[in-house]
Amino acid sequence: MNYTYYPGCSARGTGRPYEESLQAVFEALGSGLDALDDWNCCGATAYPAVDMAKAFALSARNLALAEDARPGTEPVDLVAPCAGCYRALLRTERALSDGGGVADRVGGALRAAALHYEGRARTRHPLDVLVNDIGLDRIADAVVRPLEGLRVACYYGCLLVRPYATFDDQREPTSLERLVQAVGAEPVDWPLRTRCCGGSCYCGGPLVGVMPEATLELSRLLLEDAAQRGANVIVTVCPLCQFNLEAFQGQMSHKSGKPVRLTVSYFSQVVGLALGLDERALGIHRMLNWRLASTTGTKTTGANARA
Amino acid sequence: MLPALVESEARDRTGGVGVDLWRDCFQCGTCSAVCPLADYMDRNPRQMIATLRAGREEEILRSCGIWTCTSCYACTVACPKQVPLTDSIYALKREAMRQGVYPRRFPTPVMARQFVRTVDKWGRSTESRISLSFYLRTDPKQLLRHVRLGLRLLQAGRMSLRRESVPEPAQIRKMLEALEMAAGEAA
Repeated sequence: MNYTYYPGCSARGTGRPYEESLQAVFEALGSGLDALDDWNCCGATAYPAVDMAKAFALSARNLALAEDARPGTEPVDLVAPCAGCYRALLRTERALSDGGGVADRVGGALRAAALHYEGRARTRHPLDVLVNDIGLDRIADAVVRPLEGLRVACYYGCLLVRPYATFDDQREPTSLERLVQAVGAEPVDWPLRTRCCGGSCYCGGPLVGVMPEATLELSRLLLEDAAQRGANVIVTVCPLCQFNLEAFQGQMSHKSGKPVRLTVSYFSQVVGLALGLDERALGIHRMLNWRLASTTGTKTTGANARA
Repeated sequence: MLPALVESEARDRTGGVGVDLWRDCFQCGTCSAVCPLADYMDRNPRQMIATLRAGREEEILRSCGIWTCTSCYACTVACPKQVPLTDSIYALKREAMRQGVYPRRFPTPVMARQFVRTVDKWGRSTESRISLSFYLRTDPKQLLRHVRLGLRLLQAGRMSLRRESVPEPAQIRKMLEALEMAAGEAA
């Protein structure tokens, strides 16, 4: 079964390898991702700081488009890989189903654009779909290159589990750990895995620029702690977390006087490697400091370690 | 007296019940303890509530503290009294914007306004363009610091200066204008 897919603005920029690897993994598992035509920005975390009703309307338009794309009475899953988009769409879904003044106003705005939200669209995160729809057994069966010896810090960040936890425990989530185990890797125990990386501020590219001091420190703390726990890689479920943790390691090293070096991957890339998918198809050539060996997941120093 | 703006947020959230969000707070400070940004705020989340309760709403509306919140919802989830603090801080940001009292030189409101302008116009944001114009407005020196990163991203195909847009931005504008008109009629 194919899923309706909401790319989000990051997929057109820094999050491109996330989209590439997700599409490759879903296809390999027999479920395509059909991108929503005409999708628009969800409002992210920035728009609600200016106008809540408009932020809801922006997200609601995507929910309405997802329903239009699959007419009928069945629920429609809308897969949103960015944790920021995921939360914005989910929040809108809930606000509109609660009814009240905001729901009426947003309904009116949709009508002005010749759209209607029925309430069939359900926001899903691809991690949820992989673990709970496709299932860990099927994924484990498809593994051709178990990631033995790879020690993974599973990073959930903030918005996948807060304020709503739809498919996992809010304080002690386990989906990612179970997924990386299913592909042969070993999750490290990491209590900080739902702590904010500081990058959730706004979908604006080098986010660190908004509050560099705070963001660099929050991210550095996570990277350092994951490394101390013996992780070879941090896997992320959000393009903003991924970029924020990956792109500024040089600055962090410079500032703290201690080298900060850790591969930060999208969770879909790690799964894709275990499924034996081509590194290019997973967008690994686009990563800024990828240090995992290309043939197996077992080594931390590969041919491209110094690239 | 409790801030009207916070009460209206409560009404929206509870479908008209009108729960008073701050009343239940007993100042335990859990919010500030779990907030990853508390050290960087001029007032931490617990102090924000205390200040609001003291009837000094304006101090909070003018503060940088509310704009330092990254909306990670750690406080909301941890609060033993279920005070929806993150969404309330959002309400305070909106009120600060509405009254035009937000800190003009603080980067996050600048970024938020710019983000909104871009999305209103094109329906999507373009990371590279937003960053570029943000740095030009706030701290052009930062731009130099990021030249190397920018080039690497261009090379890796993870950044483009091409403007992202929905096929028909007019439809987005129509939708947003309908909300403005509805708000105008209600006022």
